[in-house]
Order: sequence, then structure tokens, then C-alpha cells
Amino acid sequence: MSFVSVENLFHSYGRRPILERINLTAEKGEFLSLVGASGCGKSTFLRLLLAQEQPSRGSIRIDGAPPATEPDRARGVVFQRYSVFPHMTVRENIVAGESLSRPLGRFFGAGARAARARADAVLERIGLGHVAQAYPATLSGGMQQRLAIGQALVAKPLVLLLDEPFGALDPGTRLSMHDFLLELRAETGMTVFMVTHDLEEGFKLGDRVLVFDKPRWDPTDPEAFGATITYDFDARNGGIPFQTIKEDIHVHRPSEA
Amino acid sequence: MRLINRRPGPALRAFLALLPFLAVFAVYAVASDIRLTENPSDRLLPAPSTIVETAARLFTEPDRRSGRILLWHDTAISLQRLALGVGIAALSGLVFGLAIGLLPHVRAALGGFVAVVSMIPPLAILPILFIAFGLGELSKVMLIILGITPFLIRDLSQRVAEIPTEQIVKAQTLGASSAVIALRVALPQVLPRLVQSVRLSLGPAWLFLIAAEAIASDLGLGYRIFLVRRYLAMDVILTYVLWITLLAFALDWALRALSRRAFPWAGAAA
Repeated sequence: MSFVSVENLFHSYGRRPILERINLTAEKGEFLSLVGASGCGKSTFLRLLLAQEQPSRGSIRIDGAPPATEPDRARGVVFQRYSVFPHMTVRENIVAGESLSRPLGRFFGAGARAARARADAVLERIGLGHVAQAYPATLSGGMQQRLAIGQALVAKPLVLLLDEPFGALDPGTRLSMHDFLLELRAETGMTVFMVTHDLEEGFKLGDRVLVFDKPRWDPTDPEAFGATITYDFDARNGGIPFQTIKEDIHVHRPSEA
Repeated sequence: MRLINRRPGPALRAFLALLPFLAVFAVYAVASDIRLTENPSDRLLPAPSTIVETAARLFTEPDRRSGRILLWHDTAISLQRLALGVGIAALSGLVFGLAIGLLPHVRAALGGFVAVVSMIPPLAILPILFIAFGLGELSKVMLIILGITPFLIRDLSQRVAEIPTEQIVKAQTLGASSAVIALRVALPQVLPRLVQSVRLSLGPAWLFLIAAEAIASDLGLGYRIFLVRRYLAMDVILTYVLWITLLAFALDWALRALSRRAFPWAGAAA
């Protein structure tokens, strides 16, 4: 069974269908980019993956678990904004990634010291060690998103959901965040779903690019039908399929002899 | 240059800030002088020098009958009532505000009720409080509590509801329970707002305190003012009014300083 499986998913708000008949499977470690025009339901799909909303029909399973009814630790998330806690310092935000699941939301004594040490190691890794004592509001947009991603990852989720994480960043910062995300992904082998407006970004980062669009369109009633996944591109190797020359077929193999 | 773009320098700014105080003082001094030249035994607008003498007497000399300095006793008992009332109101405002802001069931049950209750004029139910809780301390503290709690609950539940959904969802993905979200995410973020709301409701709190003391009490700042009104002792009344103003201002300033020290992150974005 696949790691993430979406079966016959429908979602509507009242009588207005948003998503229709979505079937999708993803393997562990895959990076899926979700692209599409505004209002075509890709963010709604991410909220369904997050279990922030329940689908009208169909189910989403992660790692074979029963469909979730509310957001849980299996899902890590980074939004475009407001993903970190403004009243905690940068270090406390990282510690919160582990401590919020504890009974009082805190570590005490030796546990707290150990958690701080682990948080400092994470901060060094994501390049925020020098601002450990600062509050998020004093950081740049790119640093805040780094912090948000680091915070989500210390909770060790099964899938990481990104909702236009770099949408509010300037182009230069965006490029360095791409490198940052690719490095982290190579280290952790994380399964990622990323909603983006930016096609180039989607193809650059993703293994697959899923395009959300409405297959049916009623000109007199544009909202009569919902969107579904209309294309599922293989985005490895820069989005050009079969470019890896399979030289091995010309090589004499001892086993065939 | 447009008026909206003209800014005073530091010296002028200080002078302009003082100007209204000086103007009020000047108007009072002149009016008092006119009345006193006409009738030296006029009691309505005592001379500033008389007020200063009275103030010095009130702050230092003990009462002849009881041997206590009444002003300090009045101050102590009034501040105690105020602190109790505002403290209990702030605590219940916080608890109900968090519950209404975070829990849809509590919001459905209490949201409308609090909105209606906050429309009851507290002074109108003062007689009910006197009947229900007697003329002792309880009814005075209750008036302050009933007067400002609905405002605090509404304000704080609004603030809790304004915390971005993203943060609440993020906390859930980090495994936080409802209680942990309330304690670690919502509570710290509404505390600065609580201090601000308490600052705003200190005005009404003083109003309710003085009203309750004026009607049924034997000690307290409001009681004293309404007592000496019978003897037209304007010098005493004015001293008490100035003293209450000073106390209220000091409280407000202390709360603001506390907020800045305790919640450095709240001003970090600026």
C-alpha cells in the first residue's frame, strides 16, 4: 500500500463543489508540488490533507492509518504567514516543536536543558543560531520561514505540508530558501506536499507536479463543477522525462550470458 | 507647509503639553480671586493656597476624634476594594475570554448572553446588590466586578478569536491538546491585551467604586467626598479629587510599564 493514498475524494462548501473525484497515491519520500489557478481548490486539498477540514466524501490515509479527524503530529505544516509563535523566542519556538505535545506543553528540569541543547543544534543547522534569543517579529521573512520549517520538522511528522511557503518572499530569498528546503529534504527523506503559484518553483523542487483544474466548465454557471487533478507530471530531471540515457541496456551482463 | 506636516520641537512640545494644565489653573485662580475679593468667606472656589494648606493638613494631621489620618485610611480601603474588584474581574475575564474564544460550544452558549449582560447599566442594579449582598464590602466589590467583567470578557474573547487560525493549526500539528493551546499559545498572547483592557476599564472601575462608596460606606475616598459635600468643604473635595486623579494616573502608568517589561515580544515588530 502506498504511503499517502487519496481515494475518490469529493469536497464541497454547501452546494458549491470545490473538489471532485480525486485519486492520488504518493510514495514515502516523494515531493509533490500542487499547482493551479487561484480558487481551483489546491489549498482546500492541502487543508483536507491536514485534516483541518473533513472531505464531503472519500478518504485520505497516511501510512495506512484511519482517516484523521483533526490535525495531528503525523502532519507538519508551514503556512505563508503566522506559522511561528510570536510570543516565543526563536529557540523557544524550536523547543515548542517537541514540548507542545507534552501534558503541560513544557519540559522541566534536565529535560528542558536537553531540549534547549537539541534546539540549539537545530538552529545551527538551519542557520539561525545567532538569533536564538530574538523574537520572530524581528526576523526577516525568509528567516521566519526557515524557523517555521525547522519547528515543523523537529516534531518529526510523516508528511510535511507547505502552503505557499515562499509566496511572501523576495526572489533572491526565495532561491536561497529553495536550496535550504532541498538540503533538508535530502537529509530527512521527508514526504512533502507543497502548494505553490509558481510553476517554475513547483517543477524545480518537486518530483511530481499535480495540476488542479476544472475538467468540466459550464459558461453560464462557472461554479457548477469542482476541480480535480488534471495532470500529474514527472518533474524529476527538470521535468524532462526519459532524459536519463539508459546506457546499461547495451552493456553485456554476466547474468544474461 | 500644511498644518498636518508641521511638528513641534521638543521644547515646544513640552510647553504645549503643559499649556492646558496651566490654562485650567489660571482660569481657576482668577475665578477664585474674583469671588474671594467680593466675599472673603466664600467657600465655593477656595484659593489655591488654601487648598495646599488643607491638603497638607489632610495628609499629615490625625483626625481629632479617632486619632487616625483619615485620608490614608480612605485611600487604603478604596484601593483594596478597587484591587479586589478589578483583580477578580480580570481573572474571570481571562478565563471566560479564553473559553469563549477557543471553544465553539462555550461560544455558542455564552457569546450572546455576555453581549446582553454587558448592556445592563451596572449602576441601575446597585440597589439590587445592596439588597442581595448587604451594605458591606461585598456589594461594593461586586459592583466593580459586574461593571467591568462583561467588557473584559467580550474584549478578551475577541482577541483570542483573532489569533490566526494558522497558529492554532500549527500547534495541533505539534501535538498540543486544547489545554496546552490555551495555556501556551492563547494565554500568553492575550496577556498584554488583558493589561490594556484593564487599563481601559480602570476609569469605569473608579466610577463604580466612588458611586458605591458615596451611597453606603463609612470609609473610603468616595465616601469622604460625599460626606464633606454637606459642609461645602470644597478645599477637601478638591484635594481628594486631585489625589484620586494622581492615584489613577499612577496605576495606569504602572500597568503600562509592567506590560512593556513583561511582554517584550508585543512591541518587537515595531
